[in-house]
Amino acid sequence: MDRRQFLKTSGLAVAAGTTGILAAPNIARAEGASIRIGLMAPQTGVVAAGGREIIDGFTLFWESVGNQAGGRKVEILVEDDASNPDTALQKARRLVEQAKADFLFGNLLANTGLAVANYVKGNGTPYFIPVIAADDLTQRSRIKNVIRAGGYSASQFSRPLADWALKQGYRKVAMIAQDYTFGHEQCGGFAQTFTEGGGAVLGQFWHPLNTSDFSPYLGQVASLKPDVVFAMETGADSARLIQQYASFGLKGQIPLLGAQNATDQSVIRTLGAECEGIVTSAHFAEGADLPATQAFVKAYSDKFSKIPSLYAFSHYVGAMWVAKAINAINGKVDDRELFLDTVLKTDLSDSPLGKPVRFDDYGNPIYDVVIRKTVKNKDGKYWNVPVDTYPQVSQFWKYDPVAYMKQPSYSRDFQGIKKA
Amino acid sequence: MTILPISSETTAAGARIARSQLWLWIGLVLLALCALPLVLPSYQLSIATEILIFSLLAMSIDVLAGFGGRTSLGHGAIFGISAYVAIYWSASLDGNIWIGLLLGVLAATALAAVFALLAIRTSGVYFLLLTLALGMIVWGVCLRWTGVTGGENGLRGIGRPALIAGHASFYYAVLAVVAPVTWVMWRFVHSPFGLTLRGIRESESRMRSLGYNVPLHLFIAFVASGFFAGIAGGLYVLFNNFVSPSTVQLSQSVGGLLMAITGGIGTLLGSFVGAAAIIILENAVSAFTARWPTVLGLTFILIMVFAPEGIVGRARILLARRNPSKHSRLSK
Repeated sequence: MDRRQFLKTSGLAVAAGTTGILAAPNIARAEGASIRIGLMAPQTGVVAAGGREIIDGFTLFWESVGNQAGGRKVEILVEDDASNPDTALQKARRLVEQAKADFLFGNLLANTGLAVANYVKGNGTPYFIPVIAADDLTQRSRIKNVIRAGGYSASQFSRPLADWALKQGYRKVAMIAQDYTFGHEQCGGFAQTFTEGGGAVLGQFWHPLNTSDFSPYLGQVASLKPDVVFAMETGADSARLIQQYASFGLKGQIPLLGAQNATDQSVIRTLGAECEGIVTSAHFAEGADLPATQAFVKAYSDKFSKIPSLYAFSHYVGAMWVAKAINAINGKVDDRELFLDTVLKTDLSDSPLGKPVRFDDYGNPIYDVVIRKTVKNKDGKYWNVPVDTYPQVSQFWKYDPVAYMKQPSYSRDFQGIKKA
Repeated sequence: MTILPISSETTAAGARIARSQLWLWIGLVLLALCALPLVLPSYQLSIATEILIFSLLAMSIDVLAGFGGRTSLGHGAIFGISAYVAIYWSASLDGNIWIGLLLGVLAATALAAVFALLAIRTSGVYFLLLTLALGMIVWGVCLRWTGVTGGENGLRGIGRPALIAGHASFYYAVLAVVAPVTWVMWRFVHSPFGLTLRGIRESESRMRSLGYNVPLHLFIAFVASGFFAGIAGGLYVLFNNFVSPSTVQLSQSVGGLLMAITGGIGTLLGSFVGAAAIIILENAVSAFTARWPTVLGLTFILIMVFAPEGIVGRARILLARRNPSKHSRLSK
């Protein structure tokens, strides 16, 4: 009867499957031979372009130091997280459990990073997140082995920008932002600082990711008659908003401020004059007149024929930071306690940032935040140049960390807006 | 989109002949599954665990698709809701994880009941589209209701209870759930109720004229199927310790359906083969190339062209062809 046959076949298939798994490349670990770094980057899915730059920036650094640190060879194992948290988790498991990676790096989307962070929380594998900006990872739900080397927390840079806006005399802001946690957090930082400094938020417009037509929002923004507009956008949304802001005639009438991603190279690379003059805040300005910055920009541009984006830059700096710590402990990354403590104590002075940086007590870097403006460079390309600097900005701005973390995380419902 | 179910088999005579050998084979397969942790390193074991969990999801889809003739694209949402409820209960409300899992399965069953009420009166492509739309609603809610679901960022769990924290112990726990649930499903589709379902699949009008309450049968089948998907969702929470909108999105439903189709629609146990094939392929191919989705896509096309009955369905037919005397009962 075929039921039996069926069981036979399924038995065979299970057996075949098992052999398949067993035969899978099981990399034997050569002790002391090389340091294995698991790099997760989206090579497929919605943010694949950013993922490519993560890999480029990361490998560019390691090649520049001959793929070694602390006297040991460094081996980079790249995995595709497919822009999906479930896939990211599976890849993290493979890197840690099968490929025996000493530590993990990377991921782009907040949800992929949060999923992997929750996984390494259970097994203590060090995990460095130069792009994942979700505030709480280094605040309310901090995980000791998750460190934002080269990265920043979402609300960290929008606060100095709000302060700068107040200094320019702007008192009324309208905000337009992508409706997800990263957007809520960046807007929250801006709104809280701006209103506490005496400004007013006239309106906040949340739009879904991948909005193609911004005219309904821009119409409302214009009718509010704000002094200034703050836009929190990433990727294609940002490009579309900047284009439509110009084509609806708002450019030149109401100044446009943006979160760091709004005028990142990954966005303005494809834009023309419409992006000129937008002011954003970040830890890095590719147009800064600093030798270290320009050396990095030149090295990257020569190799990949484009100006580096946030993704490439952050991973370059993150890798540099961790490499310095590995050198300090002579490659003993197997001692995780020592390794993590050393990374947290390492100050980075010679990075493309051009300024020394260090970690706060929560694993998030303290940066000199630059207020930057988009201008055309001598090659006719647009890039960001610094117009002002806020030294030593931590993720807690001027608040006391403990008191600050008692307020809720930023969300659509909580933006920290001070009632006038 | 039509999915041709494999003509099912059990005749009383065949069952009698097969019984003794059947138990032998079941015993052997179970033994092999029990022995896996002894031979597999931890990562491969977690892949095996994942295969078991997704087999359950694929089987729950097969109960409806293969036996009731209704292909659902909403099961990812049902599966995911169970996961969301369990994590929300245990992590956000600090509740007991076991109660959370129970609530998750209940929520999945309730959601399936709602889906069923709306969808059972349709069939074919309309059923497909309706379940697709219902699944999208759930996805939309999970994405936008940030206060509860964490929006895009999802929810993080509190980890597995100490008892099943290890790879091997968790694998055994999953096996201890999946094996009896599989048996229950097997009984379910081979019961008189299951026969009625197959009748409905072949001809709804005839079953109606024979006096069967077709909508009620389909409703029960859908709810039962949702219950099974909910169990899979609960296990997935324990496995992944994380849930986000990608767990309830369309690709999850499609993934489950593809596993059922790859194994063979209407074979029930084929889902194990389908889930194993897809998950192992995914893992093996993605280790070598970033173009792995392309390879997977091509593989599905090849399967659809050369073995639309699925791996198990095709194997059955080949075996029957090679040994016609023994399998004459199959040739209809």
